[in-house]
Amino acid sequence: MKTPLELKYSKSHEWVKITGEHECEVGITDYAQDSLGDLVFVNLPEIDADAVKDEAICDVESVKAVSDIFSPVSGKVAEVNEELLDAPEKINEDPYGAWLFRLTDVEDFEGLLSAEEYEKVVEEEAH
Amino acid sequence: MKTVFERSVPGRHCTILPACDVPERKPEETRTAPLRLPELSETDLSRHYTELAGQTFGVNDGFYPLGSCTMKYNPKINEEIAGLEGFAKIHPTQENAQGCLKAIYLAEKYFTEITGMDAMTFEPAAGAHGELTGLMLIKRYHELTGHPERNEIIVPDTAHGTNPASSSMCGFKVINIASAEDGCVDLEKLEAVCGEHTAGLMLTNPNTLGIFDKNILDITRIVHKAGGLCYYDGANLNPVMGIARPGDMGFDCIHLNLHKSFSTPHGGGGPGSGPVGCKALLADYLPGRRVVKDGDVYRYTEEKPESIGKVRSFHGNFLVMIKALTYVLTLGKEGIPEVAKNAVLNANYIKSLLEDTYDVFRKGTCMHEFVLTLERLKKETGVSALDVAKALQDYDMHPPTMYFPINVHEALMIEPTETESKETLDKAAAAYLEIYRKAYEDPEYLHNAPHRSPIGRPDEVGAARHPKVKYDFEG
Repeated sequence: MKTPLELKYSKSHEWVKITGEHECEVGITDYAQDSLGDLVFVNLPEIDADAVKDEAICDVESVKAVSDIFSPVSGKVAEVNEELLDAPEKINEDPYGAWLFRLTDVEDFEGLLSAEEYEKVVEEEAH
Repeated sequence: MKTVFERSVPGRHCTILPACDVPERKPEETRTAPLRLPELSETDLSRHYTELAGQTFGVNDGFYPLGSCTMKYNPKINEEIAGLEGFAKIHPTQENAQGCLKAIYLAEKYFTEITGMDAMTFEPAAGAHGELTGLMLIKRYHELTGHPERNEIIVPDTAHGTNPASSSMCGFKVINIASAEDGCVDLEKLEAVCGEHTAGLMLTNPNTLGIFDKNILDITRIVHKAGGLCYYDGANLNPVMGIARPGDMGFDCIHLNLHKSFSTPHGGGGPGSGPVGCKALLADYLPGRRVVKDGDVYRYTEEKPESIGKVRSFHGNFLVMIKALTYVLTLGKEGIPEVAKNAVLNANYIKSLLEDTYDVFRKGTCMHEFVLTLERLKKETGVSALDVAKALQDYDMHPPTMYFPINVHEALMIEPTETESKETLDKAAAAYLEIYRKAYEDPEYLHNAPHRSPIGRPDEVGAARHPKVKYDFEG
C-alpha cells in the first residue's frame, strides 16, 4: 500500500494535497480504493458547495457498495475532477493522481494526519 | 445461451389464427418502425425458458442462505389457494366480493395481531415501498400535529440501505449513528442526536448482525421522549414473530416483507408485498380504504380526509397477500413461534459448526443470521469473501449475502431459515470448511471459482459502467 509522504490524510481515508495557503486537493487513498474494490460511479460535489470537515460531501460506488466521501477540511468547492465521471477506474489505477475535488477558502488544515500516522490508522483498522 | 431474439426465425409461430373476418391492415401500414417481435414455435419457446431456468438458482434448487433475505421454502398450498378462481379471476373493481373482502379483513386482523399494531394497509408493493409509505405516515403525523420542522430520521449504521434511501426520498434528512461495540444501538449517541428536529427512528430488530437489541424499550422511549416516532423495518421479523411484537417494543409503524417472513416468492416467482401497519395514532393517515365487518357483511370504509392517499392501484399485490394469509392460517398460533424458534436454532447450529474455523463478527448467540468476517483469511491467503461466495456455487448452494453490512470488512452474512434440515446444514458447513482449507492449499483455484456453475464470474464492473438493458438489433 502506498502512502506518499508529502500528503496529509484523514481517518476516513481521504488524502489532502495542500496547494496553497487556503487551497487543497482531495482524493481517496490507496487503502480506500483497495477496500472498496472496482469503482463504477463517482458522484462529485457541486461547485461552490460548502465543504464541512468530517461531513459527507460526495460518494463513490463500487461493485460492493456506495460509500460516502467525507471532506477532510472545511472550505468551498472550487473545482471537481469531471474526468472521473466517465472513468471512475482512474481512482483504482492511480488513487493519488485521481483527485476528486479542489477546495478554496480553507481556514486551517488542523487535525490532519501525517503519512506515518495514517499508516497506523490503517494498521489498527485491519486488526 | 441465446436470447429469445436470437432464437427467432421469421415466419415461425405458436398459434393458428382463425380466418380473418374484418378488413386486413398490415402493421407496416401504420407503424414507422418494425415491430420486431421474436418469432418462435412453442417448442422453441418452452425450451428457451427451461434453459433460462437452468441458469438460475432458486430455493427449490438448494440451500439459499442469503442473509437478511429470509429465503425460506414457499409452500405449494399458498399457490393452490391463491389460484382459486374466486381470488385469481376476480376484477379489482368487483368491490362487493365478500370472500375477497373477508380475506383482506382477516389478513389485517392476523398481521396486526402478530406485529402488535392497530391497523394495516396492503397497498405497498414491496419492502422499500412500505418504508416510504410508513415514513409518509410519520411525516403526515408531524405536519398535522404542528411540527413540520421535524425533518430528521435517525438510522443506525447497520441498517439496510433502503432505510436512508427511503428517508431521503420522503424528504427527510438522514442522521446516521454508529453502532455500539456489541453491534446494537449506542444509547448515548442516540440521545445526543435526538432533539426538536427528530421525526423518527428506523430500526430492524434483531439487527443486521443477527443480534436482538436488548435495549429496545430504552431506544423507543428515548425517541418518543424527544417527540419522534419509531419505525420497525420488518426485514428481520422471522426470528421473533409469534414471540415478541414490534408494537410491544414501542414501535409506532412497521412494514412487513411478505416475501420474506411469510413465505411468498421473491422476485422472479411473483411480485413482493410490503404491508404497512401502524398504531391507532397513525391509522387515519393510512392510504386507501380499509375493510370493516358490519354484522355478517364485509365492506369498505371511506378513505379518511387526513389519508396520505393511495400509494398503489387497487389493493396492492392482492394474491401475494392471499398466499401470506394462507401461510399464517396453515401454521396457526402454535406454528408461527415454532418458525421463529427453528430459524434461530438453525442459524446457531450452522454458526457453531463454522465458528472454530471462520471469524464470527460479534460472537455469542445469534438470532436468525450471523456475519462472518474474512479479513484474516484475505490477509493470509489473498482469498476474499467474493472468492468464497463464488466457490460455494460449486457445492450446489447459493452464496450468502456478501459485503454487507458495510461496517464489517469482507463480510459473509448467513441466514439459513427454518425450512432447512440438519442434513442440509451439515452439508453446507462441510462445504464452507473445505473451501477454508483450500484457501491455504490452492488460493488460485478459489480465485477462479466457480468451476461447475453455468455462469462463472460475470463482468460486474462492465455491467455497472455500461449496462445493456435491451437487445441491440443493429449489433
